[in-house]
Amino acid sequence: MTNILITWLPVISTVLAIAVDVFMINAGKHTSIKQPYFIYLLGIILVFFTAIAIASYFNTKAKNWLDERTLFVAASILFLNLLNIVTKKLGLLPAIYFPSLDKILGIIIEDREFLAICLASSGKLLFTGYFFGAIAGFATGIAVGFSKGAAYWINPLIRILGPIPSTAWIPLVLISFPTTFSASAFLIALAVWFPTTVMTSSGILNVQNAYFEVSSTLGAGKYYQIFKVGVPASMPHMFIGLFNGTCASFITLMTAEMLGVKNGIGWYINWQKEMMAYANVYAGLILIAITFSVLITLLFKVRDHVLVWQKGVIKW
Amino acid sequence: MVGEITIEGVVKRFSQQNADDVIALSGIDLNIRAGEFVSLIGPSGCGKSTLLRLIAGLNGSDVGKLYIDGEEISQPSYERGLVFQNPMLFPWLNVHDNVAFGLRARSIYKDNKAEVDKFIDLVGLAAFHKSYPHQLSGGMAQRVSLARALVNHPKVLLLDEPLGALDAFTRMNMQDELIRIWQERQTTMIMVTHDVDEAIYLSDRVIVMTPRPGKIEKCIEVKQSRPRARNNPEFLSLRSTILEILNFAGHVKEPNYYL
Repeated sequence: MTNILITWLPVISTVLAIAVDVFMINAGKHTSIKQPYFIYLLGIILVFFTAIAIASYFNTKAKNWLDERTLFVAASILFLNLLNIVTKKLGLLPAIYFPSLDKILGIIIEDREFLAICLASSGKLLFTGYFFGAIAGFATGIAVGFSKGAAYWINPLIRILGPIPSTAWIPLVLISFPTTFSASAFLIALAVWFPTTVMTSSGILNVQNAYFEVSSTLGAGKYYQIFKVGVPASMPHMFIGLFNGTCASFITLMTAEMLGVKNGIGWYINWQKEMMAYANVYAGLILIAITFSVLITLLFKVRDHVLVWQKGVIKW
Repeated sequence: MVGEITIEGVVKRFSQQNADDVIALSGIDLNIRAGEFVSLIGPSGCGKSTLLRLIAGLNGSDVGKLYIDGEEISQPSYERGLVFQNPMLFPWLNVHDNVAFGLRARSIYKDNKAEVDKFIDLVGLAAFHKSYPHQLSGGMAQRVSLARALVNHPKVLLLDEPLGALDAFTRMNMQDELIRIWQERQTTMIMVTHDVDEAIYLSDRVIVMTPRPGKIEKCIEVKQSRPRARNNPEFLSLRSTILEILNFAGHVKEPNYYL
């Protein structure tokens, strides 16, 4: 009995949310919208989880998938339901700062072209900065890890420049670069460069010397040892650096867009805030949350693929 | 035959902070014939591992010189393969790629691909080509480590307590395996060990070393044919000779009582 209940919990929660939206009277404080987007969303969720719940009786894969997240999904839908009650239905919160879910979803759908342009422009900036930052980080990290001379000259630089949040450079960078794009890309690169460098060099310095000794008795020259022993052995550390760099790059991207750049999703949020269009602000935030979590998931997927060998060796 | 090692008056010191230098090796003279199986045995601190590292070229001597086939040893080379007690397999490479490492490093992999399979078969791991090191047992990992050194066709194979971390039964199997590989490949083998039985079982010659300062106390020829029985009288008498040199024989010749 409880098993059946748990399997169908997301569906029950969704039906409840639909019932509340349909039968409860609106407080009337919120501006009316063209389409009941919240009901559409709930409808999609209902169809999807009903299908999964039925499939779970025949397919163990579907069952495992559902069992893992049923409670979380049901609770999330309940949360949306409560949010809907507090805003649209009862009007307990100031309508201007807390628009109805219908309105937020409506903006994502009706404004999708403009939002996509903003997202693409942010993406271009992020990837440009991230790419150069990561490459520079690897190069500096490898140089510092393997060369005493490089370590002597570069380490103090890392120690002084590294801890400064790259956003602190905005006043200087914005006037010294020809375009706001190149300036922002530089800031993002700087934000990625520091953690990647530090983790790469510390990874290399932590490689057991015996690996280098073994490889030298197997006939490996200096560069072969660097790239075929030192680099792969420090790969787990490098990924931690890249992960930290990714988080830092998101922060820098948003700050740069809110301060200087005249397009992108960060700029959109800031602009809509000034227009007091809070529904658009939430729409932008939701898109950012989805995009960034997809990017982080991708990074983890790459790591799992590159580091299959460390299963059971290192965990983080 | 190649793989003759000549050691002439080698001295090695290690400097220490706040203390006098430690003399790890004091005036070692030794000649190891091509194709010979030699064991270095002695208590810890006698310099046997240091001597092995000098032959490998991982460290330099302070005084004296080492030669392989008349050529001075100045740096590590694939001609002198090294196997540690810890297999030190590269964890990011599978068994096949670990064994292929030396060939790839020397850029001769393309023409010698078959060698990799041959040596993996030689150590009996044909079914584990694609396994990663963390999936192997200690004995299997040590076999891979042997194959990885052997694939380079070294003139000399240096073994630093290669079987020290294995359990007693795996260890005896691996000893037979070592002998089989040695007889097949005719490679000079120099092995550091703590185990007197292992030294006598495997070697043509056992070099007994003593510490403070590290020096060669005695060279003992083992003249038995192979395969050797671990319990024949000749074996046991060599064993007690070595233990006496190392002062581990004890002084009680006859038990006080029998149960």
